[in-house]
Amino acid sequence: MAKLILSMDNLVLREIPLTKERTTIGRKPHNDIQIDNLAISGEHAVIVTILNDSFLEDLNSTNGTFVNGQQIKKHFLQNNDVIELGKYRLKYINDAPAQTSPADFEKTMVLRPDMMRKAAEPAAARPAAPAAPMMPPAGAPAAGTASAGGAAAPKVGAGGTAPVPPAAAATAAMPLAAIQVLNGSNAGKTLELVKSLTTLGKPGVQVAVIARRPHGYFLTHVEGAQHPTVNGQPIGTQAHELKDHDIIELAGVKMEFFLKA
Amino acid sequence: MAAPDLSAALEMAALTDPGRVRANNEDAVLANPRLGLAVLADGMGGYNAGEVASGMTTALLGSELEARFAERAPHLPGAGGRSWAQEALKSVIARANAEILAAASREARLSGMGTTVVAAQFFDDRLATAHVGDSRLYRWRGEALAQLTRDHSLLQEQIDSGMISVQEARYSQNRHIVTRALGVEPEVDIELSEFAVQPGDVYLLCSDGLTDMVEEADIALTLSALSANLPLAAAQLIDLANDNGGRDNVSVILVKVKAPFPARRATAGAWQRLKTMLRTLFAIRKGAQDG
Repeated sequence: MAKLILSMDNLVLREIPLTKERTTIGRKPHNDIQIDNLAISGEHAVIVTILNDSFLEDLNSTNGTFVNGQQIKKHFLQNNDVIELGKYRLKYINDAPAQTSPADFEKTMVLRPDMMRKAAEPAAARPAAPAAPMMPPAGAPAAGTASAGGAAAPKVGAGGTAPVPPAAAATAAMPLAAIQVLNGSNAGKTLELVKSLTTLGKPGVQVAVIARRPHGYFLTHVEGAQHPTVNGQPIGTQAHELKDHDIIELAGVKMEFFLKA
Repeated sequence: MAAPDLSAALEMAALTDPGRVRANNEDAVLANPRLGLAVLADGMGGYNAGEVASGMTTALLGSELEARFAERAPHLPGAGGRSWAQEALKSVIARANAEILAAASREARLSGMGTTVVAAQFFDDRLATAHVGDSRLYRWRGEALAQLTRDHSLLQEQIDSGMISVQEARYSQNRHIVTRALGVEPEVDIELSEFAVQPGDVYLLCSDGLTDMVEEADIALTLSALSANLPLAAAQLIDLANDNGGRDNVSVILVKVKAPFPARRATAGAWQRLKTMLRTLFAIRKGAQDG
């Protein structure tokens, strides 16, 4: 479950679990997080939590709301974000969905339609006053939705903790490589293999691709009656791993593959 | 009457892979170029229940649609003002939903199983689609990738309501929450669509194991570079997902349109010629007026 750690001058004042759909922050006593300081507006900001995600919104406060040094109007909170209100700091902690076993991570749930309406309403459309909690506690969608309605079922049981943006570091492991044309009108030209796929040859005649993968560069025949050769040997239909200084020949054009230091 | 044979016009390649993390594969794929049908389902449920639900769905669609199109050609009008192709997809998917629920109530170990589904039925130079959940259909045409289905997911709802941007969505902890699935309730809301198809189009059906792991730009690059070799393109997409972590089962079906496939009409002769003539005539008159 996500939580906030309230501190001032590096002194931790308290921890606030984000269990409610709306957690309000302000100087007035009706706020969920009351900070009695003149730099804080009466209704300063609100955190809207939907299942495992939390959004911080400034409620047109006089002195503004800052996250990691930047003033924000609305902000999608990420683990370890630091919210600054005057001299106070609120650290947002959401290291992993609080599921019970590793097999539960990343599994797919079905959200029932009646829950859906509540979750989909934009934060701005909600009343400003603290509302009764409508959503299950953040981090526990499985138990909340699944067993109550019999509606949810795990789809994915992948390991790993926080989600990683797709295609994060797939090709980071390999050094950059390039091919240099050795003959013909393009002799001397080099082509860096920066994309996941680089096409060689002429469509409709003979085409091969070089795939850049985390563990190497692979040449594969795509179309045409002739297959390309590597160091004089034709490659079959399978992907062929390229080594530094391999000579590729394709449709009469010779190319050298090399790793860039 | 037999169902029409589209295998001369359509090439299909289907691949499914458990990924790098999971031991079992709960995805199911069906590609039948003769029938012009591609179906992909991403199952959910403990033990092996997920693959039971997804497998039931693809198998039922394959056999049941063949039987229905043998009785009535897919391009003919259906009951609800839609094509029979759409009507048949809808009713067979509704039946799959009922059968999954029935099986789950019969057998305790299958309780709670469910599945997404995305189905593409090609007929008469058109494509009828049906989907439930977050499995997707894309179209590659003229070097552009278009997503033809909209996920039935919490994240998509949040994006639609403006609460979260597409950029922020990739950091969301609320991925993998679908708002519709087969096997959840007796009534299932099936989204139906129909599109005109052109020779040269490539269609991609995929599970979220692909789209969570692979950027759309890399999907587009793969289709651009490898559409001449469909099995290789499918393998490359699976490799990309696995190279990026392969945290889920990953499945793809590619469908390439090689030639037009107009329906053979019973009265194709005179009536069709007359219609073509009239259309040409109107086009000429309109052209004259506009000019």
